Amino acid sequence: MSFDREIWVTGIGLLTSLGEGVESNFEALCARINAASSNVTGAMGAYPVHALCSVDLAAYVSARAELRQMGRWQRIGVHAAALALADAGVPSKSDILDRMHLAVAAGNGERDIGVDAEILAGLRTAEEAGPYLNDALARGLRPTLYLGELSNLLAGNIQILLKVTGSSRTFKGEETAGLACVEDAWRRIGAGQAEIALVGGALNAEREDLLLGYELGCNLWSHPHASVWERAEAGGGFVPGSAGVFLVLESATHARTRGAEPYARIASVASDHSRRAQGAAARALGRLIDSACAGRSSAPLAVLSGASGVEPATGEELAVLRDRSAAVRAYGSVFGHTVEAHLPLGVALGAMALRHGSLYPPFDRSGLEKALDEAPDDIFVTSLGHWRGEGVVKLDRVAAEAKR
Amino acid sequence: MSDTRRYTNAKGRPVVAVTGMGLLTSLGRNKDETWTAMIAGRSGIRRITRFPTGGLRTTIAGTVDFMGVEPYSAYDLSLAMALAVAREAKQQARLPSAASIPGRLFIATPPAELEWPHLRALDAGCPQAERAAYTHLLAAARTGRHRALARHATFLAIPDALQEELGTLGSPVTICTACASGATAIQLGAEAIRRGDMEAALCVGTDATVHPEGLIRFSLLSALSTRNEFPEKASRPFSRGRDGFVVAEGAAALILESLAHAEARGAPVLGVVRGAGEKADDYHRTRSRPDGHAIISAMRGALDDAGFSPEQIDYVNAHGTSTPENDKMECLGLRAVFGDRLPRLPVSSNKSMIGHTLIAAGAVEAVITILTLRAGVLPPTINYEEPDPDLALDVVPNVARPASVKTALSNSFGFGGQNVCLVLSRDP
Repeated sequence: MSFDREIWVTGIGLLTSLGEGVESNFEALCARINAASSNVTGAMGAYPVHALCSVDLAAYVSARAELRQMGRWQRIGVHAAALALADAGVPSKSDILDRMHLAVAAGNGERDIGVDAEILAGLRTAEEAGPYLNDALARGLRPTLYLGELSNLLAGNIQILLKVTGSSRTFKGEETAGLACVEDAWRRIGAGQAEIALVGGALNAEREDLLLGYELGCNLWSHPHASVWERAEAGGGFVPGSAGVFLVLESATHARTRGAEPYARIASVASDHSRRAQGAAARALGRLIDSACAGRSSAPLAVLSGASGVEPATGEELAVLRDRSAAVRAYGSVFGHTVEAHLPLGVALGAMALRHGSLYPPFDRSGLEKALDEAPDDIFVTSLGHWRGEGVVKLDRVAAEAKR
Repeated sequence: MSDTRRYTNAKGRPVVAVTGMGLLTSLGRNKDETWTAMIAGRSGIRRITRFPTGGLRTTIAGTVDFMGVEPYSAYDLSLAMALAVAREAKQQARLPSAASIPGRLFIATPPAELEWPHLRALDAGCPQAERAAYTHLLAAARTGRHRALARHATFLAIPDALQEELGTLGSPVTICTACASGATAIQLGAEAIRRGDMEAALCVGTDATVHPEGLIRFSLLSALSTRNEFPEKASRPFSRGRDGFVVAEGAAALILESLAHAEARGAPVLGVVRGAGEKADDYHRTRSRPDGHAIISAMRGALDDAGFSPEQIDYVNAHGTSTPENDKMECLGLRAVFGDRLPRLPVSSNKSMIGHTLIAAGAVEAVITILTLRAGVLPPTINYEEPDPDLALDVVPNVARPASVKTALSNSFGFGGQNVCLVLSRDP
């Protein structure tokens, strides 16, 4: 489709293992060469996990009663969403919120694993499993627990607490959810179906019920922390990371009217769904990158890779990027894999780098992440789901004269 | 057709036609079975036999028990139903089964989560001398012996399987707007076609989550009817004495195409998606703002998107869950939008017969709405024995009614402040 409207990133909210806000994340990424293994906790037993930085998750929640109905992933997400709105200069009682569209990427919220374990223990010896389970669930589950688990209730909390109410769509599908929420807003704004949107997601990685879902497919890294590119020999795997990431996307016209400054322009969002036969993900990714490159200069490619570390997808992605001599940064090495939030995180990091005028120093010691001396005019963010889904977002620098 | 002006709407966007539909509910395995039962005023609500119900406050549901999925799991039954309705839709759209559908899959799916039989299977592989704990479950998963369970916890698993068989293109889009999800799937497909992103889309909603925890979590929110003695009488939208919704299972699929694409290939045009409206509520996790602002905005948004006035709506397929709150707020919203005309505007709830199919409901009811437009028969709201005097509606009480209807509004509202409305027409 052809867009007659530019779509800008005008606000970023980040809450990660590295820190809170754009500044602290950006400085940490630039200051620390080989920033890998930030805030890794061993609290999840065999599985290293990037824990969220220390932060008051009640800061943007108006009442204690609200907090009690929210899971931690929802609190993380609401916090990041609030940061994004503030960063975009959208006041908390603005009429913009009433027409701001919400597109969220989400999985499930937290289960009460204490109750689960108790019930499992009881089931081992229960004479009649069925009635026992019914009774134990009815007595054990908190009445509002489901509201903390429901996928669309991160969005619901953002509506209630931050008053973003233009519309509300929650996308699911692991990594593809993050791509879908960015794509939905980008396409709607580009086609004039919307002017401004808040998009993103959150992951609370510090929970065993989440790990269990991924470990059934043997997707997790269960060795001491290593960067994304350094896991293949041991079979690969992802290190989950807690994060909340939200972006304010808006038409350039809308941004200029209210005097908002862009970080970057989203030039294209493209996705595919290969069946992952050997080499299929690589072919899909290669096609997506090459079509995003149409009409582009021969400047070296700067890539923020969303590689998870899970093989064979990560190895296939590396081969594709090496073929194109790209300067690559696998941001999962630093933040962990943030699943639904991962593509929005990559877009946030790319947009920050373009505003600053340089790519980050390498994120690991593998030697695969080459320095990039010149200031990039564009940055590619890749998304290869650990199981399915391929995507590429191309971000362009916004020239100073275009900002007015 | 020579008159290509018919191919774009008042805003210059492609007109979106429905060329294939599939439907599966507790009343039947396809459109015909469900429709025949509905216009006969039959209920699909029954006592739950899938699992022991001792100790439960609610023991009834609109289960789908005829798919031969054994053992039951939400994933397996939701997928089997989604495949069935998608095949039905594709066949009706005259797309050969081996051919691809020239567009993306937009699908509303239930939560991807492990159920208790799965947790128990994992626990059985854990050291029984030690207390049950997720640490042990993780170790059991790590062995790789339970890979077959991964599908239950993978949101992309149902879309992936559907895409493989149906041949949709690109990245499937999986949506959750709670009980409005099915309508959102249709909205996403229609938006994409209107933008010119694609010529067609397969929009699906599926939900088969009648399992103990699925029931109990709604029970704990006091959302369910407890009229267990007479299951078929439990769902009574807009009646005095309604006491909650009845959880049900179902699935629906619609093939959407630009009208130009549909006519060029000689596909049947079953109806038209005229417009969609949505508005998020900021009041409460499970309740609407008392003034109905978001509900009203969603309905008006759909009318505006369609370029229609309220007078052009001949029938409303209500969300009508049979909870005290929903039906009151929906009526308030309808009154605001339709004004003095409301008592003369037929408004019926399919949920009186098929229960609340949750994630699938918006798609299920959109298909039923188009069947209504085509048949010229309004499905009734059954169990309407004692009207709620505060809700002055023509609910098409108890008996189906012949009526020539060209355009209808289909409402879907969900927890988390989700409100999505569709305007659907019979003729292009």
